[in-house]
Amino acid sequence: MLRCLRWTMLFAAGLALSACGGGGSSSGAGVGTSSSSGVSSSSSSSGASSSSGGAHVFSLSSPNVVALTVGPGTSAFQNIPTTSVTVCIPNTNTCTPIANVLVDTGSVGLRLMASVVGKLALPMQTDPSGNAIEECLPFADGFTWGPVAMADVIMGGEKASNVPINILDDNNSLPSAPTSCNNGTALSNVDNLGANGVLGVGSFAQDCGPGCNIWYYACTASTCTATDEPLNSQVANPVALFVADNNGVILQLPAIPDAGQATDTGFLVFGIGTEANNGLGDATVLTADPNEATITTKFNGQTLSGFLDSGSNGLFFADSIPPCKGFMNADQFYCPPSPLPLTATNQGQNGVTAAAPFTITDITMLSPSNFAIDDIGGPAAVIPSLGPTFDFGLPFFYGRTVFTAIENLPADGTMGPYFAY
Amino acid sequence: MSYRSMHAARTLPVLIAVAFAWLAGPALASLGGDVTSVSDDGVQFHGQVLRTAMLQYDRHDITAASGTVVHEYLSRAGKVFAVTWQGPTPPDLRQLFGSYFEPFRSAAAAQSRPGAHRRLSIVQSDFVVQATGRLRTFQGRAYIPSLIPSGVSIAELQ
Repeated sequence: MLRCLRWTMLFAAGLALSACGGGGSSSGAGVGTSSSSGVSSSSSSSGASSSSGGAHVFSLSSPNVVALTVGPGTSAFQNIPTTSVTVCIPNTNTCTPIANVLVDTGSVGLRLMASVVGKLALPMQTDPSGNAIEECLPFADGFTWGPVAMADVIMGGEKASNVPINILDDNNSLPSAPTSCNNGTALSNVDNLGANGVLGVGSFAQDCGPGCNIWYYACTASTCTATDEPLNSQVANPVALFVADNNGVILQLPAIPDAGQATDTGFLVFGIGTEANNGLGDATVLTADPNEATITTKFNGQTLSGFLDSGSNGLFFADSIPPCKGFMNADQFYCPPSPLPLTATNQGQNGVTAAAPFTITDITMLSPSNFAIDDIGGPAAVIPSLGPTFDFGLPFFYGRTVFTAIENLPADGTMGPYFAY
Repeated sequence: MSYRSMHAARTLPVLIAVAFAWLAGPALASLGGDVTSVSDDGVQFHGQVLRTAMLQYDRHDITAASGTVVHEYLSRAGKVFAVTWQGPTPPDLRQLFGSYFEPFRSAAAAQSRPGAHRRLSIVQSDFVVQATGRLRTFQGRAYIPSLIPSGVSIAELQ
């Protein structure tokens, strides 16, 4: 009773995703998920098609490596992986470092709150008539809005020059978002986004792609008109514009106990097969659909579109596991009576398969102080003919080394887009 | 009122529909509305409306200029009881949800973002929205349970 009251209070306070119950003891016996040894461990099943990340060892002293942190961040949301990014006025040393930027393999482009970019006078992108280019980018639950600006982007020893980035307007500047930019919550503020910005490192080089007739607007001081944004002006995957190590990223987070952990810190690595430290090793490559950046996931006799998505905070798939009850949005998470060890099988367009074992635990059994949790999930939206999905969110990444290769670039012997683990 | 719809207004009937939309605001949008609201969506989304008669309802398909496909389900009682969408971007939900847009917006704002930004699920007593998507593909479904013809299952609303 008191447990669930605590849940209600936490949700009333506007925190996302908290749990009743204290204590950190894992409530199940070994369930075949991540092992608990060191940063180079990864899950593997005992089947012939299991994959292991091999001995991928990274160090922050390498120029292509930066820290990847899961913790309370800006907003005390769980399973938000972040890193720091430095942005500079192009061709100058006038720079601002920005922390708590969400690392997102499910979107493309660097987007930063105007308030954290602050007084850094980045040049704004304009169209040939001098109108400011602004972007309304959809997410499933809302949208971001703000101008496109040019910046040099520095992460570790990597630098991308003249990158179109998206400044997210958390200053309520004019012009405001067009009325068609309204598919939910305005995410251009730290409280709603849960971070100071998004580093989208998904499998595309630009966010919109060829023939883009969506998302972008040419704006006067007060009015915005939809515009077709040329490919090379679009908000870009900054990794694709690095001088080197520019064909993809690797996310590695140490394994954590089933009860979760307060924080977890690992690595964000740039490039695949471009340096001594970032080869595939014996990771299994699953090539992805070039339009959707999805693979095939077989689970419970169903064939689904799967994707590895660090910007999602759980494992989301349709199932008859009982949903949770008794707190806001409870039905968006699964609450099995005891932890459920499950396995999906992922398959690339190349026909190669890799097992994906995971566990689903009643989220209310986990401490709300644990910001890193690897065994939570919930139902996917059930719209079967529109493509049932399996969203391998951040829980999948703990205890694994996960590669995301960018489209149309060779990455250690295979052309992107692909996932590997 | 989108600027693109101004360019689409080339014929008088379309001008009237567009002007009326300007004056009447969201009352002309689709969910819970009638068949004329479906035509208005066709105009606003810059797509032809293709009608398919099913046993208990008509399904109207609109492919918007963006490439997003919208299905609008119209009951024999003349009401749009469900809409679905799939494509590179969500459709203009203010247009599509009509008088349900404000309840949608405030319900979305009240969520504590349980899926991070990959999923949205709103379940109210007579209004359900499920939305998902990432990168260049977004999809969703919204329906009014009390308007669904009897015998029609949610699963067939795709």
